[in-house]
Amino acid sequence: MADSVRKILFSPVVDNNPIILQVLGICSALAVTTQLSTAITMSIALTLVVACSSSVISLIRHHIRANIRIIVQMTVIASPVIVVDQFLRAFAYEISKELSVFVGLIITNCIVMGRAEAFAMKNPPWPSFLDGLGNGLGFSAILLTVGTIRELFGSGTLLGYTVLPLARDGGWYVPNGLLLLPSSAFFLIGLIIWAVRSWKKAQVEQAEYRIKAMRQSGETI
Amino acid sequence: MAESGSPQMPKKPGSVHSNARTLLVAFAVCLVCSLLVASAAVLLKPIHLANQHIERQRIIVEIAGLMKPDLTVAQAYRQIDVAMIELSSGRAVDTLDPENFDIAKAAKDEQLSEPLPRSADPAQIRRKPRYLPVYRVNDDGGRLETLILPVYGYGLWSTLYGYIALRDDLRTIRGIRFYQHAETPGLGGEVDNPRWLDLWEGKIAFDEHGEPRIELVKGAVTSATPDSQHKVDGLSGATLTSRGVTQLLNFWLGREGFGPYLTRLRDESERR
Repeated sequence: MADSVRKILFSPVVDNNPIILQVLGICSALAVTTQLSTAITMSIALTLVVACSSSVISLIRHHIRANIRIIVQMTVIASPVIVVDQFLRAFAYEISKELSVFVGLIITNCIVMGRAEAFAMKNPPWPSFLDGLGNGLGFSAILLTVGTIRELFGSGTLLGYTVLPLARDGGWYVPNGLLLLPSSAFFLIGLIIWAVRSWKKAQVEQAEYRIKAMRQSGETI
Repeated sequence: MAESGSPQMPKKPGSVHSNARTLLVAFAVCLVCSLLVASAAVLLKPIHLANQHIERQRIIVEIAGLMKPDLTVAQAYRQIDVAMIELSSGRAVDTLDPENFDIAKAAKDEQLSEPLPRSADPAQIRRKPRYLPVYRVNDDGGRLETLILPVYGYGLWSTLYGYIALRDDLRTIRGIRFYQHAETPGLGGEVDNPRWLDLWEGKIAFDEHGEPRIELVKGAVTSATPDSQHKVDGLSGATLTSRGVTQLLNFWLGREGFGPYLTRLRDESERR
């Protein structure tokens, strides 16, 4: 049992990561990683939501008829998202303003729907909870990595504390403005995917087709 | 570990998957979820309101330039003199509490507001409150240094609520800030962009006849632009939000808005 717990919990962190292998949940990964603090808050929020919603959907999975399952899943997912959003607005007002719409958009985050549909509908509550938690951790791992790099090299700070004193404030570090733009998260996630796939060859996908070499002119077709 | 009963395979008809049962399950899910959401919203509402209150105070002290690193918002806010004024006469009234005055609620109240005809409603607010709070920063001699007025109006998707701060000449803008809106993030939502907000400082909100004149225009405003003192760089990709901001400022600074109050203040300072 201990082994299977570890497998369900930790395989989504590296071996089956929702962001870098399944390439889901990219939208929020681009949007909330300019600062580490918002990335941490988003990670906690998503992990809570996916663990809760997976457990609940698994509990009632035998009572959900196939043709209404998506709308039932959406309802179950939307509720903890709204509750999390309300809590953030009450107890972390500043961060909730920066996260703006992205907490609400957890409802449409493919990771949450994906785990509900692919795992929780077919498995008992405890493994579904672990699976949700594991996928949340996998999402968090990437978000925190990207958030750390972007905040450190984009603004010279970590969690708002100055690490690299900026040249414009009399320090020596000239920040890389590109890292504050959403596109830089694409590059970073791409580099992480490259690194992980060089290490874990099993994640490399088979090419679906190959482009043929171009024929020289004059050759017969 | 996968159990039997995959969602795509209905069991015997009449058992789990009868229509009545389906409706019952759907209803139960909705009921439980709505209870959860509603109780979170109701229980946390006082904290939300307190947060919004502090946020408004923070914006007021920031655009008044009172925020110092060693002060809390509440400490800085103590330097502000709040008064409730009647818009039509510009006189102060003391029957209403300015501190907990809810503009959105007042605008729906028959007693506290009046309907605006469509032709006189450029800010698209439909009803105009009769009374509004004003925030003054006075120097030690009691002379006005900064005047902060609440302003609001419709943008593209939402009503923008904010403040405008005027310097002691009552013509020069010290700053504007919005505390509540739901414009598109990245486009109209850029009304919160600090670099854009910095452009407002020093702009002149009134022409030589004392009529409000401030507008957001397409393209960058440089010192070479004619009448650049009345113009601010519009928000790119947000024509309707920019138009909304122009309209609401001109409305609230004009005769229908704080005009009578501003006239009174000008007369007072001339008499001194």
